[in-house]
Amino acid sequence: MSLSRRKFLGWLTAAGLSGSAFGKVAHAATTKHFEGHPDSLGVLYDNTKCIGCRTCEAACNKVNDLPPPDRPFDDLAVLDNKRRTDPKKYMVINKYDGSVNVETPLFARTGCNHCLEPACASSCFVRAYTKTESGAVTYDSSVCVGCRYCMLACPFNIPTFEYDIALTPRIRKCTMCYDTRLVKGELPGCVEACPTESFTFGKRTDLLNIARERMRRFPGRYLDHIYGENEMGGTSWLYLSGVPFKKIGMREDLGITPAPQFTSSALAAVPMVVGTWPLLLMGIYAVSKRKDKIAKEEKEQALAEVTAQVKAEADQKVSEAWEKAAQEKEKAIEAAVKQALEAAADVETEENS
Amino acid sequence: MSQEATTTEKTLISPFNIIAGIIVLIGLYLTVRRFTGGLGAVTNLSDNNAWGIWIGFDLLTGVALAAGGYVTAAAVYIFGMKKYHSALRPAVLTGFLGYALVVLALHYDVGRPWRLPYPFVVQAGTSSVLFEVGACVALYLTVLFLEFSPAALEWLGLKKARNLAVKFTLVLVVFGIILSTLHQSSLGALFLIAPSKVHPLWYSSFIPVYFFVSSIIAGLSMVIFESTLSYRFFADKMDEAHLREKDDIALGFGKAAAFVIAGYIAIQLLGIGADDEWRLLGTGYGLWYLVELFGFFGVACLGFAIGAREKKVQLIRWTSAWAVLAVIVNRFNVSLVAFNYHLPASDRYFPSWMEIGISVFLVTLGLITFRFIVSRMPILYEHPEYEDVH
Repeated sequence: MSLSRRKFLGWLTAAGLSGSAFGKVAHAATTKHFEGHPDSLGVLYDNTKCIGCRTCEAACNKVNDLPPPDRPFDDLAVLDNKRRTDPKKYMVINKYDGSVNVETPLFARTGCNHCLEPACASSCFVRAYTKTESGAVTYDSSVCVGCRYCMLACPFNIPTFEYDIALTPRIRKCTMCYDTRLVKGELPGCVEACPTESFTFGKRTDLLNIARERMRRFPGRYLDHIYGENEMGGTSWLYLSGVPFKKIGMREDLGITPAPQFTSSALAAVPMVVGTWPLLLMGIYAVSKRKDKIAKEEKEQALAEVTAQVKAEADQKVSEAWEKAAQEKEKAIEAAVKQALEAAADVETEENS
Repeated sequence: MSQEATTTEKTLISPFNIIAGIIVLIGLYLTVRRFTGGLGAVTNLSDNNAWGIWIGFDLLTGVALAAGGYVTAAAVYIFGMKKYHSALRPAVLTGFLGYALVVLALHYDVGRPWRLPYPFVVQAGTSSVLFEVGACVALYLTVLFLEFSPAALEWLGLKKARNLAVKFTLVLVVFGIILSTLHQSSLGALFLIAPSKVHPLWYSSFIPVYFFVSSIIAGLSMVIFESTLSYRFFADKMDEAHLREKDDIALGFGKAAAFVIAGYIAIQLLGIGADDEWRLLGTGYGLWYLVELFGFFGVACLGFAIGAREKKVQLIRWTSAWAVLAVIVNRFNVSLVAFNYHLPASDRYFPSWMEIGISVFLVTLGLITFRFIVSRMPILYEHPEYEDVH
């Protein structure tokens, strides 16, 4: 593709290649919509132009200094099997049956789409990924722990892992040639190598216009869908196709929600739990303590009441017993007196007789 | 002391020791292979299936089954159910060992284990659910260690340190419940970021709530299950209080578990309703979902409910094993069965024997440590010098 070095460098300056970390503020509860860094760059892939020659794969391998391929890049029989990215290849071209007949196959590029709000960057707990202001999503292996959560998170199944390296395995993925070429003012390897100009490099906003212009200029050639314009909140790589994207191995059911939004409300709950749980737990603790205390008091009170009652009853019994004893004593005295008097009377009668 | 010596001697060539010894040897061999040949040498993991059973079982299931610590601590200290006090130390010990093993297992699973502290000391990725999981697990492991420390200090005879440790109990319990709420739910929230990869019946925005509530089920069931096993193998270590209270604990925890499972089934169905996925229940995955929800959780709920009402302790003990299995099935379903459901069978994951071997090895290490501690420290009995000081 034609592009002057001066113009290209201008874009880079405009995009401010400072490589800032991707915004970390969760905005689940706002209507804010991130449309990418201003003037950020991207690539438009037009699969109606692709002839499946694998030149881009060879260039990618070369500029990224990747291990030699299992089979040479000019061996097109490789295309008979569906392939995905792996530590030896950051991008692959796959072959699909054409819509007209099998003699005119279709091709599709699989590789990092450089999301505007990347799932990998959002899911990484050491911030090994950076969505640079240029648009490229880069990876820093010097902090990577190798947890592979990014691979689980990526909706496009792109990041790959060096499973065969014992102690220093890295994630491998396309970086849009950010470090090796973009910063030097060069085009990404695949873009530069393509003999059919299937790839167009430029500002993402311009690429969207170019894509629409092609649709207008060649009616019936394209579907009215620019893949990547809205998928997962938008990606820096954009795709044009003449057949439904699901027929060339691209998922159409991903939705338009940026990945970070799926977890932002769960993460937003963290401070709420930290704030409210102590109140709730200490409240329950206080209630159960109080219940214990009241139960104890009631027990003591009941005990006191019972004790008092028993004591009163006992006192009464004692006093009754005393009274009875006193009465009996009195009766006994009376009886004794009476007996004595009677005895005295008897004696008197006896004496008189 | 002489009695202890004879027990150790007696059990040195027991069936348990022989089997455990073989497993440990195999585990050590696999450990060497893992750290010389890389993950590819021992696992069936691939670029499409980045997480296998070391995450699905060792991490997700391990953490859920170690929930007994916070559940029992909440019951005894926060809700004031003092009659379950004798369940506390075994539950805290099981929790502590469970979390320690989870952290050990992660050393096998991540690419560069010595970098595990990096998120906290080098560069923090706070937008990641995994950051929250990591922070909470690290803190909670510390909390469990401190909660467990009085038993070790009593064993070592460090009275002052022990009394100091006991003073922090309530703070630790509250902190532990907060941390458990956060990371138990976050383990489910890990999957929120990939709605296109998890089968819709298992994917829900409520998945953190499901994971939290089912961790309570796992905690309650594990306490019953663990006390059953302890009684079977360590009855001689139990004091009168533990023997007296063990049936009460089974009945009480079983009753609580019946209620929690009923609630769990209700919120699962609410989630299906909220996403209007009823029609998916008629598919193959739907059938398996129904088996999980009713065959595993539903049957466990019924078993606990009948056991609690009829006071059938034996039924509750069997049900607790079934409920533990239900939680394991759920974690496997979310992380392995429902995950990547859209990929062709050839791209799906099944663990290698070596992955299973490492998991079995780690569980065995846990059992050996548990036995070592229970045989020595005051876990299943009160230390004579500290009776009635709780």
